[in-house]
Amino acid sequence: MNPFTTLTGIAAPLLRANVDTDLIIPKQFLTTLVRSGLGRHLFDELRHDLEGREVPDFILNREPYRKAAILLSGPNFGCGSSREHAPWALLDFGIRCVVAPSFADIFFNNCFSNGVLPVVLPAESIARLAAEAGPLIVDLPTQTVSGAHCGFRFEIEAARKAALLEGMDEIKRSEANLADIEAYETRRRVEAPWLAIGGR
Amino acid sequence: MSPRTLYDKIWDEHLVATRADGTSLIYIDRHLVHEVTSPQAFEGLVLAGRALRRPDNILSVADHNVPTVDREKGIADETCRLQIEALETNVKAHGVPYIPLLDDRQGIVHVVGPEQGFTLPGTTVVCGDSHTSTHGAFGALAFGIGTSEVEHVMATQTLPQRRSKNLRVRFEGTLPPGTGAKDLALRLIGQIGTAGGTGCVMEYTGPAVRGLSMEGRMTLCNMSIEGGARAGLVAPDDTTFAYVAGRPLAPKGALWDAAVAHWRTLASDPEATFDQEVVVELRDLAPQVTWGTSPQWVTDITGRVPDPAQARNAEERDAILRALEYMGLEPGTPMEAIGIQAVFIGSCTNGRIEDLREAALVARGRKVAQGVRALVVPGSGLVKRQAEAEGLDRIFLEAGFEWRQPGCSMCLGMNEDRLEAGVRCASTSNRNFEGRQGRGSRTHLVNPAMAAAAAVAGHFTDVRRMELR
Repeated sequence: MNPFTTLTGIAAPLLRANVDTDLIIPKQFLTTLVRSGLGRHLFDELRHDLEGREVPDFILNREPYRKAAILLSGPNFGCGSSREHAPWALLDFGIRCVVAPSFADIFFNNCFSNGVLPVVLPAESIARLAAEAGPLIVDLPTQTVSGAHCGFRFEIEAARKAALLEGMDEIKRSEANLADIEAYETRRRVEAPWLAIGGR
Repeated sequence: MSPRTLYDKIWDEHLVATRADGTSLIYIDRHLVHEVTSPQAFEGLVLAGRALRRPDNILSVADHNVPTVDREKGIADETCRLQIEALETNVKAHGVPYIPLLDDRQGIVHVVGPEQGFTLPGTTVVCGDSHTSTHGAFGALAFGIGTSEVEHVMATQTLPQRRSKNLRVRFEGTLPPGTGAKDLALRLIGQIGTAGGTGCVMEYTGPAVRGLSMEGRMTLCNMSIEGGARAGLVAPDDTTFAYVAGRPLAPKGALWDAAVAHWRTLASDPEATFDQEVVVELRDLAPQVTWGTSPQWVTDITGRVPDPAQARNAEERDAILRALEYMGLEPGTPMEAIGIQAVFIGSCTNGRIEDLREAALVARGRKVAQGVRALVVPGSGLVKRQAEAEGLDRIFLEAGFEWRQPGCSMCLGMNEDRLEAGVRCASTSNRNFEGRQGRGSRTHLVNPAMAAAAAVAGHFTDVRRMELR
């Protein structure tokens, strides 16, 4: 995973509640066998009409938002399906940070697995960030999002922050607990022997 | 030890290590794998040179994009076929137990797991699918994960986790006639909203929940994710044990007795404290129908499409306006006056035998209304076989329903079971999001009897007024 430290970029406002992962990346693109290439299908049903032409007034089809690196949205962002294709699509489009008043749980986790930073800020702060004409700066070490006229500090769990700053391989980290895992399995075989499938 | 909730007990029992940064490593007992969210996980393992730690604790089956007709003839859609072939190649290469596409046991992961006795009380169950919450019906801590986490579980059999909050849902009273588990779930979500359970594990309690069959409990827990919760739980009891007993992968003999003795200790202690509590009054519960593009936008069948002018604030008004425009609905329209063109009975929410029986009671001796296409898609091959043994397929076919092969089908339309733009559907599935069943399609969530009633009436209708045969 690529580390996340600071990000300066255009922030696209999509200020609606309950942006679900079906909307972020519709089902017809989930048959892919790889993680890359989903950016062109990000928000497909909002971005393209039935003939596949761009919908001119959709935010990501307008300048300067075609190059957005940050997305500003409403509460409960990423609700619905667990598809990790949602952060993959954001990332592939070039969006590495989503700012919203709240996030759905699975999407929130999936962001951290991919070096995408989900920032929780109150709706009023997001509205002020959306009013900024120029690019925003997201600074993870100081936990701030700021534009030319306003800036806000956000909270993030220390472990999440450290993992993003480092670009940590979470599996490798859990493998460091291998002795604990083996001890647990040995204990469970005695305490809950009914869990063994096929005698294992 | 201080009093603990069911969730606390399962958590404590699965704690492998607490790390310096405060996160916990939790052991995963059961991992369900399907074709859509696993290829990148297998690829990641191979690229990193990692092996699967416990392939014996995985059950894999293709469900999301499988065809529901003529599957013996192969899969026409090439991308779907390639994804299923990739799953077959991967499970073979890594020694993962797999139920083949043409096997009677094939079906939706969340129907198959319980059916096979793979899902057990007190276990941790994960799957790269948000509706993994279904398995909470057994008193298992079950939740959906992303593909990176699928890979993590394959490699380590653990997941780094943060403890969720305990939320108790108390259903007050008993289920009125004509209502079921789906109505419990929709009423709850209507009350707390789709983010109401965020950060929480919900435990469902009350006499109505105790009275539910395992099928009903699965329907209820299935929709926990639609209320934003990480997982839903029902404490295991004799109903649970009677369901699990004798299933192919369930423990037998002395192991079974030991297991049940332990499972009986899992209920929340009477003195346990919950971080939050929600009370849902059932006295006036009617069959529920959603009207919007979020499961929280729901009303009674006797209700009407809401008026955006009565929204609590500008944001809500705008959101409702957008939903009504998408749904093609006028404020104030009685729900019973809304005509439909499609019906979908199936999914991990309502694709089990009991659901099909309820729908068949309504369909028997009636005909699907003209201009309505109605699909019945059993949740698994075993559900299909059971239904056919009971003659339910005949009832549906004679009424003009299509009787299909098992899979996720039109719940999400990854296969060809998709709706055209503008088509309105009475669906027993779990999500009415924009485009969920096909781009521009309009989904209304209902229980199986209500879906069958809409099929024969051609519009939503109160199933409580219909004679059941």
